[in-house]
Amino acid sequence: MKNLVALPIMLAVLALPAHADNYSVPKNAAFEEECTSCHMAFPPQMLHADSWRAMMNGLSKHFGTDASLDEKRRAAITDFLVANAGGRKTGTTRDAAGKPLLRITETARFERKHREISAATFKRASIKSPANCTACHTQAATGNYSEHAVRIPK
Amino acid sequence: MRRTLAIAALLFAASAQAETPRDFLTRFEKEAGSTASAERGARFFTTKQGGDWSCASCHTERPTQAGRHARTDKPITPLAPAANAERFTDAAKVDKWFRRNCNDTLNRTCSAQEKADVMAWLLAQK
Repeated sequence: MKNLVALPIMLAVLALPAHADNYSVPKNAAFEEECTSCHMAFPPQMLHADSWRAMMNGLSKHFGTDASLDEKRRAAITDFLVANAGGRKTGTTRDAAGKPLLRITETARFERKHREISAATFKRASIKSPANCTACHTQAATGNYSEHAVRIPK
Repeated sequence: MRRTLAIAALLFAASAQAETPRDFLTRFEKEAGSTASAERGARFFTTKQGGDWSCASCHTERPTQAGRHARTDKPITPLAPAANAERFTDAAKVDKWFRRNCNDTLNRTCSAQEKADVMAWLLAQK
């Protein structure tokens, strides 16, 4: 009986591969206000908790810019990111030496998912950098990274 | 008594929050101990001051217009109060962004005089 219930659920999951690329960004006012002043809201699920902790401990040198916050906000946003951080699907978000990665674009999952995209494509004026998700993932703002919503600009 | 205290607290909170762009000019001039120069502010804003970026790298040389983040390309709403009523109305935000952006463009904090000059120039933009 248990199998009879499980089977259709399994089939349903298999029939919807696009769901594997859905990262709805949970609502959080501090996260939105602070992080999206400078860039899009990268889904917390794309990195593991140790990567987020490392990121939030180095905000005064955040990829070449000072993104420092007051301690109360820094702690609150860290808690939010850690609580919503990636799980097994995210894969490893550490480098070869075991250090937590800070760039989503350097994670194994990102590299695997984008192996057909050349470095030259990422450098196009319409794209600029691999961190510019919305350039190609037209629905990224709502957390939809499915292949169906990809339009690579010229 | 309790009511008087509550009203006093409310009035204090209201006065602490309701800041105008001109309040910041006054504050920075007071801290600097001298008057601001919009001309100096324009020069400071549009030329590099030691770092890879000037203020104008993101905010453009015409801060009544929208800018773009030099690294991420994200749109930035106009900085000049005449074009954007939300600018320079919250001391916490003003202090946060001067702290970060001075560090990015000068590799140090800005002096009160530099901030006063920039404020004077921004307020002159129509």
